[in-house]
Amino acid sequence: MSKNNSYRILNTRLPRVDAIDKVTGKAIYTDDMSFPGMLHGAILHSPLAHAKILNIDTSRAERLPGVKAVVTYKEAGTRPYGVSPARYDETIFCHDKVRYTGDEIAAVAAVDKDTALEAVNLIKVDFEELPILLDGLHAMDEGQPQLHERYKNNICAKVNWHFGDIEQGRKDSHIIRTDHITSKMQDAAFLEPQSVVAEVDSHGNLTMWSSTQAPHYVQRTLAMALNMPLHKVRVIKPAVGGGFGPKASCSTVELATCLLALKTGKPVKTTFDREQVFLHSRARHQFFHTMTTGVKKDGTLSFLEHHCIMDGGAYSSFGIAAVYYAGSLLGGPYRLKNMKYDGYRVVTNKPACGAQRGHGAVIARATFEVQLDRIAEELGMDPIELRLKNVMEAGETTCNELYVSSFGMKEALEAVRDSAAWKKKRTLAGKTRGTGKGIGAACGFFVSGAGYPIYRSKTYHCTVVTKVDEVGGGVTVTSGAADIGQGSDTVLAMITAEELGLNLDDVKVVSGDSSLSVDLGAYSSRTTLMTGHACKDAARDIKRQILEVIGGKLNIPPEKLDLKDGKVVGINNDIDFSALREEYLQEHKGFTDLPDGPELTFREASRIAFLEIGSVVGTGSYRPPKLGGSFKGATVGTSPAFGCSAQVAEVSVDLETGEVTVDNITGAHDCGFAINRTQVEGQMQGSMMMGMGEALMEQIIYNDKGRIMNANLAEYKIPTSLDVPHLDAIIVESNEPHGPYGAKEVGEGAIMPVIPSILNAIYDATGVRIDELPVTPERIIEALKKKRENK
Amino acid sequence: MKKLVTLTVNGITHELAVEPRRTLLEVIREDLGLTGSKKGCGIGDCGACTMLVDGVATFSCLMLAIQADGCNVETVESLAENGKLNKLQRSFVDLGAIQCGYCTPGMLMTATELLRRNPHPSEKEIRRSLSGNLCRCTGYQKIVDAIKAVAGE
Repeated sequence: MSKNNSYRILNTRLPRVDAIDKVTGKAIYTDDMSFPGMLHGAILHSPLAHAKILNIDTSRAERLPGVKAVVTYKEAGTRPYGVSPARYDETIFCHDKVRYTGDEIAAVAAVDKDTALEAVNLIKVDFEELPILLDGLHAMDEGQPQLHERYKNNICAKVNWHFGDIEQGRKDSHIIRTDHITSKMQDAAFLEPQSVVAEVDSHGNLTMWSSTQAPHYVQRTLAMALNMPLHKVRVIKPAVGGGFGPKASCSTVELATCLLALKTGKPVKTTFDREQVFLHSRARHQFFHTMTTGVKKDGTLSFLEHHCIMDGGAYSSFGIAAVYYAGSLLGGPYRLKNMKYDGYRVVTNKPACGAQRGHGAVIARATFEVQLDRIAEELGMDPIELRLKNVMEAGETTCNELYVSSFGMKEALEAVRDSAAWKKKRTLAGKTRGTGKGIGAACGFFVSGAGYPIYRSKTYHCTVVTKVDEVGGGVTVTSGAADIGQGSDTVLAMITAEELGLNLDDVKVVSGDSSLSVDLGAYSSRTTLMTGHACKDAARDIKRQILEVIGGKLNIPPEKLDLKDGKVVGINNDIDFSALREEYLQEHKGFTDLPDGPELTFREASRIAFLEIGSVVGTGSYRPPKLGGSFKGATVGTSPAFGCSAQVAEVSVDLETGEVTVDNITGAHDCGFAINRTQVEGQMQGSMMMGMGEALMEQIIYNDKGRIMNANLAEYKIPTSLDVPHLDAIIVESNEPHGPYGAKEVGEGAIMPVIPSILNAIYDATGVRIDELPVTPERIIEALKKKRENK
Repeated sequence: MKKLVTLTVNGITHELAVEPRRTLLEVIREDLGLTGSKKGCGIGDCGACTMLVDGVATFSCLMLAIQADGCNVETVESLAENGKLNKLQRSFVDLGAIQCGYCTPGMLMTATELLRRNPHPSEKEIRRSLSGNLCRCTGYQKIVDAIKAVAGE
């Protein structure tokens, strides 16, 4: 589909506003920064997975020439922090014990990196080893080592939901199936390792530049954990090399670097190496899903009973939300009246897990979509037909009270079905199953911005302040929103340019700075809808002010005027604006590039507005209306809008080696309205690749001591350009009533159908179901062998 | 003990005293202030640090600065001339081959070498040449498209 509307800027393929800086090497990421007299930080990580700390001796490190500060819990204090106030279970440094290999114990600032690293090695820690818990599935069992006193039986969070009536659903069912899927912990593998520079000015103001996704949350955590007033802490996000979730939570490297800057009075920089990225993690949990689903004879879903254990590693982080998302987001995209969910997030002696693209919902979605395929097979129904039979439509509410105001699910499914020639390829399925070629489909459902902030508050979720250049001509959009590569700065610039009739080059976006505005950050696929609203309002506010001044001067009602193509329109030949032009020309004697056309330009109009009323500043604020039900945990999963997606994957499997080749991926995503078509496709294609990696190759491997055995990008495999096939991205636009211009999310929803569509295609190709992710060649061979033996 | 090396970087010859253990990437980023080349892994897995050394695409995190003594080094900063993007850069910008941008400098240098060697590569050849450069954002599709667009000219 292509653009079919009257927008000049929106819905086009304009290049990103930061593209030129990124192809010339000019874009500045945190590790590119350096200050005079800057010190370098390094962090001491625990070599053990579970141990009591008996003593920490930093004396040798402190004596090393070039060392300026060594900090442990003694300097940092032990104020607990975390992501959700109900689960503050981390301290800046370990004090009583360490809970995973990599847990942070101390930090050093020194004149250079090598000295800092040498000093870290001179810190002597006496441990008393404790029994280790690595098995998430059995973490709740009696007699297991306990990680935190407050988490009895290692349960850090549990959710027990029952919507509708499961027993009735059971009675109504013709077929009932129970299936399991187990995944492995994964890493987000963003290309830029976390990096932080912190500095304290002479008034005690702390400024931290960090590769973060959420400056506002991080600002709050820094202030709380470092015991500083919020307004004395400023977080700035330079260019960020991807985040995908783990960079949303405040990290030890941020806290420790700030502490070192406060202690030394000097700027300090600390950058993780790749191994530390893996150790710190905060990425995808390990999931153990069991689902029992019933359907009527005609394929109508009658109930879903869902049990889930999530291994979250040593601390809560964003996992407190993940355990809710894993259950709530199965409420859609299908009509499902009866749903029961029992979710348990457990702690183990592994790096803490948090949010990663699709948050807690990705493996749950995969489990359910695979199960739907198995049900379709039992019913003798086409899997896409089964889905089409059950998909929700706009205006419906799920059993867990999620209201779906726009919904292109049917359109998305039909688009991938037709584009991938599903019917033709699939009719062969019965005959070709197990011959090494397969095709599979799946759907997905995701929030377009979390309905509530992570801390309980009435706060606006974002504000935008846009100011007209006082010399006239351009505007500057200021916002706390975090562009981490997904392109939110471009979205804000495009919205502003559209509203004010400007070119993209005349709109400057300054963002990612906690001192500019409250913005909850780049997570839960929220920025286009939420900050987009605020940005649109700010631009309209400016437009109103300028047109009021111009209308007043020319005696025209402002509503008869508009800003378009860099000009004020609505002034016809009868209206004499020569006095305004004269006023503008009078103050630009000596300038040669002056307006002389038959229309009043934005440059003139904006300057004249300033001369009349002073600063022309527009503001916009957004927070969602009250959303969701009244049951416990009803807030997680709510959103002003929901995205949905469908995908068809085609694979070839070598039945001798078990090697899977993904031949084609066709995905369709309903983003409501594409502000930038290229960027929407980019989010979809990136999701396809990440899901493909998770389905086929990505897994953190631990040894029996809880140490990661593949903490690098050679042995933790992510897809390369040779692994990934042509990625066909189809944009579906359903015109979301709660989104700016009809827009809603694409960043995370697009990953939802990826894993299950590949799993379903692998089944079609091999005739075996693999219920353990990733589906490696070994697992396929093993399953094929088992099948042969059972024959 | 520091050693003297002569590096010609983006056409400018520098005489530098460097510790023998420092990598070419470190010296170019820290001593010459050319921070366009990125460190994503430090051990040759990701390709974000790719530079051309005597015309050959090289992981500069795996090469010591002293090994590059006397060599001609090209980094991403050399691609635009007089502030004007070259065709490959323009194509990356126009076709949306960039998201977070952290892999972009390495991708551009790898593609530059490819196109010099083989001005009209097939899609397969493009994908093969990029296989040492990881990207986590784009799924590679638009990067391949951008290189193809230049190669097809």
